[in-house]
Amino acid sequence: MAPVFALLTRAVNRLWDAPRRFLQVFGEMLLLLFNAALWALRPPYRLSLVLQQMDFIGVGSLSIIVLVSVFTGGVFGLQSVEAFRLFQADGYVGTAVALTLAREIGPVITALMVAGRAGSAMATELGSMRISEQIDALSTLAVNPVQYLVVPRLIASTLVLPALTMVYDVCGMFGAYLFAVVVKGVDRGIFMHNVRWYTDFDDVGMGLIKALVFGLTLALVGCHQGYNASGGARGVGLATMRTVVISSVSILVIDFVLTDILITLGF
Amino acid sequence: MTVAGDALAQRSERFQIRVRGLERSFGSQQVLGGVDLDLERGRINLVIGGSGAGKSVLLKLLIGLIKPDAGQIYVDGEDIVPLDDFALNRLRPKFGMVFQYAALFDSMTVEENVMFPLLEHRRRQLSRAQIREVARAKLEALGLVGIERKFPAELSGGMRKRVGLARAIVMEPEILFYDEPTTGLDPVATKNVDEMIQEIAEKLKVTSVVISHDMASTFRIGHRVSMLYKGQIIASGSPHEVLADPPAPLREFVETSGAVTLPPARELVQR
Repeated sequence: MAPVFALLTRAVNRLWDAPRRFLQVFGEMLLLLFNAALWALRPPYRLSLVLQQMDFIGVGSLSIIVLVSVFTGGVFGLQSVEAFRLFQADGYVGTAVALTLAREIGPVITALMVAGRAGSAMATELGSMRISEQIDALSTLAVNPVQYLVVPRLIASTLVLPALTMVYDVCGMFGAYLFAVVVKGVDRGIFMHNVRWYTDFDDVGMGLIKALVFGLTLALVGCHQGYNASGGARGVGLATMRTVVISSVSILVIDFVLTDILITLGF
Repeated sequence: MTVAGDALAQRSERFQIRVRGLERSFGSQQVLGGVDLDLERGRINLVIGGSGAGKSVLLKLLIGLIKPDAGQIYVDGEDIVPLDDFALNRLRPKFGMVFQYAALFDSMTVEENVMFPLLEHRRRQLSRAQIREVARAKLEALGLVGIERKFPAELSGGMRKRVGLARAIVMEPEILFYDEPTTGLDPVATKNVDEMIQEIAEKLKVTSVVISHDMASTFRIGHRVSMLYKGQIIASGSPHEVLADPPAPLREFVETSGAVTLPPARELVQR
């Protein structure tokens, strides 16, 4: 009987292990967020560090966002034309693309791209600083590392993501216009009219609210992973990998929950 | 607070840091099991011990980077254990820390590294130009000229350590901690670092706390030596006192290093 019991215990432990780790990481991230919020309110306010991070996350990601948005918008336009022509409704391609980009694809793809580029960079940078004791050095110099390293990244990422999302939306629409109107010959006037007629500020607003939350999420994940990295170069590598995985999954899950909430609120 | 605690809470002229009953575990592993330690004001205090004896943990506790499970750390009579980060930051300008691998900020140049503490804490009193001047003076005093604009990655290990020291002393601390300052250096560089520690201690009249396992350095520069063994201090005093009748682990440590020749062990004497 005893070996069966031991086996069962092991099985239950292993099953419990994944949710336990999830809860632990989730709790740690909430604590870090709380801590960062407290330190953000205390002087000194490091505006230059926030601007520096905005430059890195925002300006640095601009070219890749433009490139990706033109192509996703374009392919979206192409596919929609094919599908809508089945119903002789290709005049509505502009509407479909505009609504989807503004409400859904814009914030999500922007956040995924920035998580891969800037979120992982945060984890690597903070992780290397942790391993080489630079974070401890900050503490001994009476500079709170959360205030100096984490707060500017959270603020910058949260502010910059909506801006990048807007860039994405505009460039995505340009891509869709290019392929639907110029290449596939959808009527230009109907395309533009339907875009304007059916897209409200609420649609764009929904995307921007999502972008705010995604920006905070991806920076929080990257900072948490980097800040708590351990175990040398391997540890930094793991932190970077986890950042990309955790933030991508979180963005998609949060997107689902947020969409539900925002639609209920009338967006 | 106990009677002994009351006495410790007084500022002592002789001892700047007094540690009592310090305990710290990581998971099920106890690293420090009740450390009592006194560190003399204005002298060079060495804490020696083998790898894994808990030296680095002790150092992190002393500067408040981690919290102990039990025990008190009195700095000038004030127990720093219950202080939160905000209160600790008020005390920290008293401390300077020289890290094992210097821990320079690699995104900043040498000069910016040394300027950093002043830019953070003395911006109201000093202009940027003045701060740069102070930083250059500190670098020059440590024999570092012409590398101001270099990045830490472009420097040798010994130079990085000296820049780390310049950054640590730029705020003129009262207590300087060194984490294994001679690890990874050749014998000549080791001697240079030792002399540097002595020079700084004399010039700035700071209390130096050096964590080390380098026995030769220890007995060359130490005014007071304490040995950490299996999470406890097993010997403490001047090098002369400690070597007069060393406990077995210290004897082995010293003899294996070959740094000092000990008198034969008095094995028959009851201790």
